[in-house]
Amino acid sequence: MPRWLRLLILPVLFLAAVAQAEDPDSKETGQKILIADPFIELHTGPGRGYPVFYVVERGQEVEIVKRRTDWFMVRTSRDIEGWVTRDQMLATLEPTGVPLDLQEPSRENYMSRRWQGGVMGGDFGGASLISVFGGYAFSDNLSIELTLNHIIGEFSNGASATLGLMHVFVPEWRISPYFTLGTGVIYTDPKSTLVRTEDRTNQIGYVGGGLQFYLTRRFMLRTEYRDNIIFTNRDDNEEVDEWKYLGFAFFF
Amino acid sequence: MEVSRLRLLFLTLALASTLPGCAWFGRGHDAAPEAVPSADTATTVGAPSSEQPIINPQVERREIKRAQMDTEDFEVGVYGGILSIEDFDSHPVYGARLAYNLTEDFFLEATLAQSRAGRTSYEEGSGNVDLLTDDERDYTYYALSAGWNVLPGEVFIGKNRAYNTAFYLVAGIGSTHFAGDDMFTVSGGFGYRVLPTDWLAVHFDVRDNVYDIDLLGSKKIVNNLEAHLGLSVFF
Repeated sequence: MPRWLRLLILPVLFLAAVAQAEDPDSKETGQKILIADPFIELHTGPGRGYPVFYVVERGQEVEIVKRRTDWFMVRTSRDIEGWVTRDQMLATLEPTGVPLDLQEPSRENYMSRRWQGGVMGGDFGGASLISVFGGYAFSDNLSIELTLNHIIGEFSNGASATLGLMHVFVPEWRISPYFTLGTGVIYTDPKSTLVRTEDRTNQIGYVGGGLQFYLTRRFMLRTEYRDNIIFTNRDDNEEVDEWKYLGFAFFF
Repeated sequence: MEVSRLRLLFLTLALASTLPGCAWFGRGHDAAPEAVPSADTATTVGAPSSEQPIINPQVERREIKRAQMDTEDFEVGVYGGILSIEDFDSHPVYGARLAYNLTEDFFLEATLAQSRAGRTSYEEGSGNVDLLTDDERDYTYYALSAGWNVLPGEVFIGKNRAYNTAFYLVAGIGSTHFAGDDMFTVSGGFGYRVLPTDWLAVHFDVRDNVYDIDLLGSKKIVNNLEAHLGLSVFF
């Protein structure tokens, strides 16, 4: 087990080294923008409470160094670096004179964002469920979704991976119902304290539905129910109810 | 002899001076106007239908290359600290952390860590009894959490240095693998973060990992407290 951890730590250290090495190079690159508001305020940190320590007047040019959440680090012609809010950035111009396009999703155009990911928690036939999912939307309504479940129960543990289609009926509604259908595999590992049973991998199919609640900008809450059928090699197939009480999803 | 050598020199010079001139004959039709520029410009001005108009109505679209903005919403890092495993002693814990900053206030975090359990006082006291095998004492967990930067701020070191900080709360769900079993784990805690530079963060975290365990036939709730120090890099 320690080996995988070491393998994980190595790339982190590498990334740290790369990040440090890259820092001086990034000074040359960066988009130049023109201030169109009477002035923009430079904060000492990427947050609303950090003090304003510098202002740049209209007509001057600044360079965007980087972005963190809704804050942009800019560098002035005098090499002063500070953080500017997204709202003020929206009032700046690109060198061509058109307003700066941040190309970000909002309620109006979030459907144009194709990738979605998130985490949900719930119940899988009486066992605790942790679920991670990622999806790609072909159209405003239809998307394909990969879900990885970790099932932690009293008598057995398990994991499943499913691939399915998801159809959102009216994507422009704030609370929007959807239908989902898919298939995958489920691995079950009965606990050793019970009667000796073998680990098994079965095919699983599901049909279900849910609600997505659009929060703001890129974020959604989701809740979902799935009716699972586990195709066993016994005479009867197993049917399991899967409730995902609450989940959080975001577009990227 | 003297004459013929002089003639040879002369001929060579003549050849050298005329050869570049021959290149004109090799040129195609499109190059020909350049040879007589004055005449050609005159015809262009007079007749716009000629091959090279002064004003080209089909303006080439200017390609604007928008620099890819460096968005640093992700954080990756490692941490190490102490984990107290209820009944099984306190031991070092090492972990990795991946975080995604949603807004300036909220973030999502995935952590993966491992530790090792010691011996219970019962095992120590009764001599040769072992509750768990060696493999079962390996303790690993993962957690998917949401965090809230409750108290962002700055710390001042001396007169000229200020570093951004945040005090945050974290809560999440996950799984603990210990004693040969997976347990659904709820974790929560708080942390403090200082950013020495714009891309590096130093964290101090305190977490409580809570799960049900059934070791000796009866179920009980276990609280495993953890304190760790970590480094993370924004990218």
